Amino acid sequence: MEIERHEYDVVVIGAGGAGLRAAIEARQQGKRTAIVCKSLFGKAHTVMAEGGAAAAMGNVNSADNWMVHFRDTMRGGKFLNNWRMAELHAKEAPDRVWELEAWGALFDRTKDGKISQRNFGGHEYPRLAHVGDRTGLELIRTLQQRVVALQQEDERLHGDPEAYIKVFQECTITRLLKDGDAIAGAFGYWRENGKLIVFDTPAVVLATGGIGKSYVVTSNSWEYTGDGHALALLAGAKLINMEFIQFHPTGMVWPPSVRGILVTESVRGDGGVLRNSEGKRFMFDYIPDVFKDKYATTEEEGDRWYTDQANNRRPPELLPRDEVARAINSEVKAGRGSPQGGVFLDVSSRLPAAEIIKRLPSMHHQFKELADVDITAEPMQVGPTCHYIMGGVEVDADTGAADVPGLFAAGEVSGGMHGSNRLGGNSLSDLLVFGRRAGAGAAAYVNGLAARPQATEEAVSAAKAEALAPLERTGENPYQVHQELQRTMNELVGIIRNAQEVTEALEAVGKLRERAQGVGAAGSRIYNPGWHLCLDLRNMLLVSECVAKAALIREESRGGHTRDDFPGMSADWRRKLLVCAASPDGSGVSVEEKVQPPMRDDLITLFDRAELKKYITEEELADFDALVKE
Amino acid sequence: MSYKAKFRVWRGEGGEGKLEDFTVEVNEGEVVLDIIHRLQATQTPDLAVRWNCKAGKCGSCSMEINGKPRLGCMTRMSTFSEDETITVTPMRTFPVIKDLVTDVSFNYQKAREIPSFTPPADVQPGEYRMQQIDVERSQEFRKCIECFMCNNVCHVIRDHEENKPNFAGPRFLMRIAELDMHPYDVADRKDSAQEEHGLGYCNITKCCTEVCPEHIKITDNALIPMKERVVDRKYDPLVWLGNKIFKRSTSKS
Ligand SMILES: Cc1cc2nc3c(=O)[nH]c(=O)nc-3n(C[C@H](O)[C@H](O)[C@H](O)COP(=O)(O)OP(=O)(O)OC[C@H]3O[C@@H](n4cnc5c(N)ncnc54)[C@H](O)[C@@H]3O)c2cc1C
Ligand code: SF4
Ligand code: SF4
Ligand code: FES
Repeated sequence: MEIERHEYDVVVIGAGGAGLRAAIEARQQGKRTAIVCKSLFGKAHTVMAEGGAAAAMGNVNSADNWMVHFRDTMRGGKFLNNWRMAELHAKEAPDRVWELEAWGALFDRTKDGKISQRNFGGHEYPRLAHVGDRTGLELIRTLQQRVVALQQEDERLHGDPEAYIKVFQECTITRLLKDGDAIAGAFGYWRENGKLIVFDTPAVVLATGGIGKSYVVTSNSWEYTGDGHALALLAGAKLINMEFIQFHPTGMVWPPSVRGILVTESVRGDGGVLRNSEGKRFMFDYIPDVFKDKYATTEEEGDRWYTDQANNRRPPELLPRDEVARAINSEVKAGRGSPQGGVFLDVSSRLPAAEIIKRLPSMHHQFKELADVDITAEPMQVGPTCHYIMGGVEVDADTGAADVPGLFAAGEVSGGMHGSNRLGGNSLSDLLVFGRRAGAGAAAYVNGLAARPQATEEAVSAAKAEALAPLERTGENPYQVHQELQRTMNELVGIIRNAQEVTEALEAVGKLRERAQGVGAAGSRIYNPGWHLCLDLRNMLLVSECVAKAALIREESRGGHTRDDFPGMSADWRRKLLVCAASPDGSGVSVEEKVQPPMRDDLITLFDRAELKKYITEEELADFDALVKE
Repeated sequence: MSYKAKFRVWRGEGGEGKLEDFTVEVNEGEVVLDIIHRLQATQTPDLAVRWNCKAGKCGSCSMEINGKPRLGCMTRMSTFSEDETITVTPMRTFPVIKDLVTDVSFNYQKAREIPSFTPPADVQPGEYRMQQIDVERSQEFRKCIECFMCNNVCHVIRDHEENKPNFAGPRFLMRIAELDMHPYDVADRKDSAQEEHGLGYCNITKCCTEVCPEHIKITDNALIPMKERVVDRKYDPLVWLGNKIFKRSTSKS
């Protein structure tokens, strides 16, 4: 059977915010660019983002600037973030948002006609550019339309709209191909007809998003099988921070078929409050020491904050997500949960019905259609849901380059930017800032090449054999293995972890890996979801192993990693990253510790000593004191 | 609470296919897409269906349920009686790839035929100033999740393959309206809407509006105003020019 072959300068895997922004950049720099994605163009996960994109434009509160945003991001990530990424992100996010506007995006406006900005957890000032609660749709559509605009330009200039940028939709990449150490291409199959395809390219940008489908309760879609994480590992790149997974505090809990679907944080940003079965606003009992001076201690103060932010502190419902998720978890465990096992999130008693419908139209719609709940009249029931992975491919902050020549990564699949916990709204802006940088990084890499690397025929045949294997087997149904993996990860490497359970999970994952070798897919190669799942299992299992192994090693609690056997945050652990690597056949994930470089002097001095003291070691504090004295 | 439902699902590929009968478990709170997924997991692992968000946000799961275009993820099983047979078929206007999955490339082709957003050359990113009231009309259209059900239902192309080359369909006629109403767009779109994209084929039956899962008033707010502008324009170009200047000056102030 023939394998279809294409030659490109840059191949971007993923058509979410990060992938599209990377592809636009590569094309704008004159590179022949392919975009490959598993679903239709315009349907990537980014479309689901609701709340907004964080950028310190200072449109609503002029006191906001990149330094405040940088500080909030580092705090949110409990100081484990790659500070260079956090810095670039805070500095460049406004330009990336304004650029969208010049490409046709229509954000909600302030009275003076600028882009409006809303409050979100962990952000000191109103900072999220938004369109109602469908910001992700606006972002992806704008980028999609920008790609189309470039294609129209290419049609005028070259007579072919796809001369410089082409979308390969419903096409799944299963292997990256190499020439020696360097990237030489990518191998995959068309979902539509099962035909195989090879891209010959010196540069690949991974923008494949997250891993949530390894969990039962998740806000993520079927696409989130950790493909990019696994592709990078198998190609010899490294993953960092895989133990940090964000459980969003507010997912739907009922009915069972929608369990996990997201309830946007904007509900709280716009005034919604959390209550337990006793009617108590329990978040006031869960303000951790590191945040004590930044959050209101009474309901009155918290309520006043919505209208007067200068003289009041914000309500604790707007603590970073890890804090709120753990608090909800504790309330439910203590028997103070709602009837269906969550807690109550109420906006109905806080805002007039018309205002709710205007500000939160898709939440109103979602609850009405899926749960028969009118959020303007009654509270919602919500509970934590697996939402986002902070961990991902270790990259160079400025260029998005992984440590395999020719491999780049941006967006949720990359690691570092968000440390141990991501702030809401910081992902959409991350996609734009680092998508652009990875596209530019890939273009520069291609410019610097003396010769194009060439994939070996053996590598192509091996990838082909691997991809077709499940069709030749009549083994176990892959759905069963998948469901068991989801249960294992949910129950044993979930929001609260301990050594014993994680060890159990690792054993279970090992066994599932053996079973996955035998799964088979009945039917033809034409649009066969059973076959696709067989192939996805490799990725989910590999990524789950990384998550569990790193979770077992990190003996502290921080952000998206909570160990009830090590409940405290450790200043020594803050300096250390856990780095995962794997052999090319995917057997044997190894994890190593690596020391983070210390923060640059001009960045660390943006913080008060009193705050730093909560996070860093005595030794680091002494360095800080010496620095300030100079 | 759970019961066994009767489903008839269109199955086939390569231009051939038939309805197949299934009996399948249904639990409280489930939607049609859940049932299709249960069929995949228990009876027909290779049943093809598109979906992503399962929350009515991505527009992937368009299908026809008892003959009506619907999102599978937003159609609750509780809207049917327990003894009803539920028939699920692919969208009719687009060629079937397999089972419930259709080839929607027509829509991407049309999207590329509409000239893109064209701002004035002298406005820099960051300088845009627009009032909420001026962006709201276009924002309504930008709620579109590209489920393509409006294009699927529109009779101009539903059983008329021959009209497809000359008709952008409600989705993309609405895109023209969206750009035309954008406070900063300076392209002239009226003539091309009529002459190249087939606005004249639309006889405002409103079927598109009825199926839109985002409840966008496609006909009343996009198509009819576009038709009126085309007419105005034909009779009196100055009216059009005046509108354009007026629009720009309010947006700047
Ligand atoms: C419900 C919800 C609400 C959210 N709200 C917000 C918010 O308000 N603000 C915010 O900042 N963040 C939000 N997030 C997070 C944010 O949306 C995501 O982190 C972000 O969109 C990820 O973008 P991405 O570009 O990295 O990947 P995605 O948009 O997920 O795109 C991944 C792409 O990779 C493709 N792909 C994957 N694997 C392969 C493969 N093997 N071969 C080919 N293609 C592949 C997919 O098809 C897809 O096109 C939200 C997330 C969810 C789930
Ligand atoms: S109103 Fe016009 S576009 Fe809409 S379905 Fe009727 S004819 Fe088609
Ligand atoms: S206008 Fe409505 S029906 Fe048409 S594609 Fe958009 S969302 Fe779907
Ligand atoms: S799955 Fe996204 S709209 Fe139905």
